Amino acid sequence: MNPQLYPWVILFAPLVAAAVILFLLPRRNVAAGWIGVLTSALTCLLSWKVFLDPSLSVTAQIPWIEVPGVFSVPIGVILDDLSRVMLVVVTTIATLVFIYSAGYMRGDEGIPRYYASLCLFLFSMLGIVLADNFVMMFIFWELVGVSSYLLIGHYFRKDSAADAAKQAFTVNRVGDFGFMLGILMLWLATGSIMFAGIEQNLSALTLHPGYLTAACLLVFCGTIGKSAQMPLHVWLPNSMEGPTPVSSLLHAATMVAAGVYMLARIFPVLLAAPEITREVIMWIGAITCFAAGLMATQQDDIKRILAYSTISQLGYMVVGIAVAPAGDVAMFHLFTHAFFKCMLFLCAGSVIIALHHEQDIWKMGGLLGRMPLTALCVVVGTLALTGTPWFSGYYSKDLIVAYAHGANSAVFWITAGAALLTSFYMFRLFFVVFMGKPRSDHAEHAHQSPPVMTIPLLLLAIPSLAAGYPFIAKHFFDLPHPEIPHIVHYALLAALIAGFILAAALYARGPLKDPVRIPLFANRLYIDNFYNWLVARVQGGLAVLGSWFDRWIIDGLVVTGAARTVWATGYVLRLLQLGNLQAYAFFFGAGVLVLLYFLIFR
Amino acid sequence: MLTILFWVISAVMLASAVCVVAFRNPVNSAMSLVVSFLALAALFVTLDAYFIGIIQILVYAGAVMVLFLFIIMLLDLKAEARRSLNIAALTGGLAVLGGFVVLLIQVIKTLPAAQQNFPALARTGYSDVADVGMTLFSGYNLPFQVIGVLLLVATVGVVILSRRSLR
Amino acid sequence: MLTLGHYLLVSGLLFSIGLAGVLLRRNLLIIFMGLELMLNAANLSLVAFARHGVTTLGLPDYNAQVLVFFIITVAAAEVAVGLAIIVALYRLRQTTHVEDLDKMKF
Repeated sequence: MNPQLYPWVILFAPLVAAAVILFLLPRRNVAAGWIGVLTSALTCLLSWKVFLDPSLSVTAQIPWIEVPGVFSVPIGVILDDLSRVMLVVVTTIATLVFIYSAGYMRGDEGIPRYYASLCLFLFSMLGIVLADNFVMMFIFWELVGVSSYLLIGHYFRKDSAADAAKQAFTVNRVGDFGFMLGILMLWLATGSIMFAGIEQNLSALTLHPGYLTAACLLVFCGTIGKSAQMPLHVWLPNSMEGPTPVSSLLHAATMVAAGVYMLARIFPVLLAAPEITREVIMWIGAITCFAAGLMATQQDDIKRILAYSTISQLGYMVVGIAVAPAGDVAMFHLFTHAFFKCMLFLCAGSVIIALHHEQDIWKMGGLLGRMPLTALCVVVGTLALTGTPWFSGYYSKDLIVAYAHGANSAVFWITAGAALLTSFYMFRLFFVVFMGKPRSDHAEHAHQSPPVMTIPLLLLAIPSLAAGYPFIAKHFFDLPHPEIPHIVHYALLAALIAGFILAAALYARGPLKDPVRIPLFANRLYIDNFYNWLVARVQGGLAVLGSWFDRWIIDGLVVTGAARTVWATGYVLRLLQLGNLQAYAFFFGAGVLVLLYFLIFR
Repeated sequence: MLTILFWVISAVMLASAVCVVAFRNPVNSAMSLVVSFLALAALFVTLDAYFIGIIQILVYAGAVMVLFLFIIMLLDLKAEARRSLNIAALTGGLAVLGGFVVLLIQVIKTLPAAQQNFPALARTGYSDVADVGMTLFSGYNLPFQVIGVLLLVATVGVVILSRRSLR
Repeated sequence: MLTLGHYLLVSGLLFSIGLAGVLLRRNLLIIFMGLELMLNAANLSLVAFARHGVTTLGLPDYNAQVLVFFIITVAAAEVAVGLAIIVALYRLRQTTHVEDLDKMKF
């Protein structure tokens, strides 16, 4: 096959697969599974080929909307360093998750629907990765949201799942509104929606710094929504209602990373914007990082701990975009995070299945001996996530914190504090789930998952360990190597150890319930409650307004008003019926006079 | 000569018309109306409309006014008692009246035909019954027949209306 | 010299007096007489125009006089019927005062 076609096959193969599964094989579980796995494997293979062949850095386009002279939106693919790396990450992890799902979803009643939605997601995500213009990226951005909605709501008969899906889509939509405004502003100023075109016309933007700041921050709103930054982070923990492979693929590795990817894509624009833009981005990322870490320390659902951890790490990535001189720094953390977080989620899925869909960590325990492979992968993942030296997370996280130190001292301490929290809650998870005595019958009788689930885990453990090493990372990224001050290393190491010790002190002996109870964190800083209240209030307010309008303006003024006006006119005209003959004669005569006057003299 | 005659006859006619409206006793009003009709017939004659003048006297002064007086006597109407003045009605009526008079004078002033003298006739003092009759029966035969039916209908109507009980 | 305008003026004044009678008097019969005055004023106008519109034969325009003829006839019929109505009304209400006849109102 002509190598020029590779990107198009990568992009559209999953769409074809989704259509085939949905329309031709709606009841065949096994066939749907095979088609899904084979398609993702194909895209993975082609992505690696594209990655390994640097000569294939062409951009190609299909004209889609063409209004000559005014407006043109092509469907285009761009293969540069950034998109190749992301292609490899997305397709590799997707393939492993597809394989894992075959084991996890066994016995589920909606397997073809699940695989079709996953294929649709893969298509949408690859669309975002390969997009060469803002409009196309926005279309696929929304498509990813749709896929996420479908997948979160996979167990649609459960109310909580249906609500979570709706929340995810709606909260994303709020961010996307800002995103769209930002796109429009950039388009208005530069006259182009192509990323290349916008970068070429930067000079038009830099003339108006306030405008550029506003546009960049509005575009960042898309990231706030999609990458679950504060205050739009509330959907991510609730998205855990979806099946665990979905959580690992979408809400850990790829979809939520799309926000960071988009910022890396327009990094030159962000660099050209006034300092305040990146300051705002940095602070939002830092606050998210720390607050999510706080909330994670008190969660009892294994998946929710990992969800808040994801939000926290996304905060790191956003800080990385803001403080580093190149987008590759944040992308490096995205790269390593994708592997170990996906693996951690798949391990959680493995535990959940082994305990017959039990997700409360206080019903687990003592699984170290019963599920050794899973435990090993969890250890690897935890060490990577907490930034232990010689694991992948260490390299990427330390780089970001080093730049944060250089940019703003407060943010440095915030991110270091978040590292402490990360260490604490991850080791808490490990101790509670795997150490001590089993706390329930299911935990007693748990055993290791079948190979179809454990092999992807082990495969992911390798990059979780190794993906950070410079000799590997240099093939993927062009990373700067700044002089990292010693305080950074010491602070992070101290955070890691302190968190470990704290967690061990509280949880290593295997308590039966959490000895620490901080309601503020356990209730997620009451942000969800606040949003509920706000929506109820706004909804209620709008309902009152609508009701008032309907009752008084439409019913009262228009409908009744029209009727009353007619009635009143009739009543007034009735007064002319005096019964008095001469009154009639008078009206007659006066009317004739007026008529004559107008006929004769005008 | 004719002019003086015209003014005198007009004065008589208008004066008696005012009397019709002004008198309280209906019999007096009826008598004044007869005088007015006779004066009007004279005016018709000054306009060389002899047939119409005679018809005016015969029908109007002769038949219609007799009928009026007949009814007044039948109903035994007394002189109208004075009732309180309705100022609103009075004002309204006078306003319409005034407006009409003003309009009339304006129209007559601006009408070019009104400033012209009457053209001369080919013959004067000649009876025009034959000519009117020719015009009537040749050009307006159908309306003439219809008028006949109208009179019949009027007669029937009057008969029905004067029944004691409308059965 | 007499012009058409003189006759029209007189006709108009006669009409106004008739109108005054209709608007200002309360007795039904007087109102009726006012109506007759108005009709006659119209007749006068028509005859004046007949005399004014002389044809090529040197004769007055007899069309207008024929119209006057019809008007007189119809007026006579109208008086007959109208008086019959007034009589019937008088039998019912014992009054010819127009202000007492106000049943047909809202």
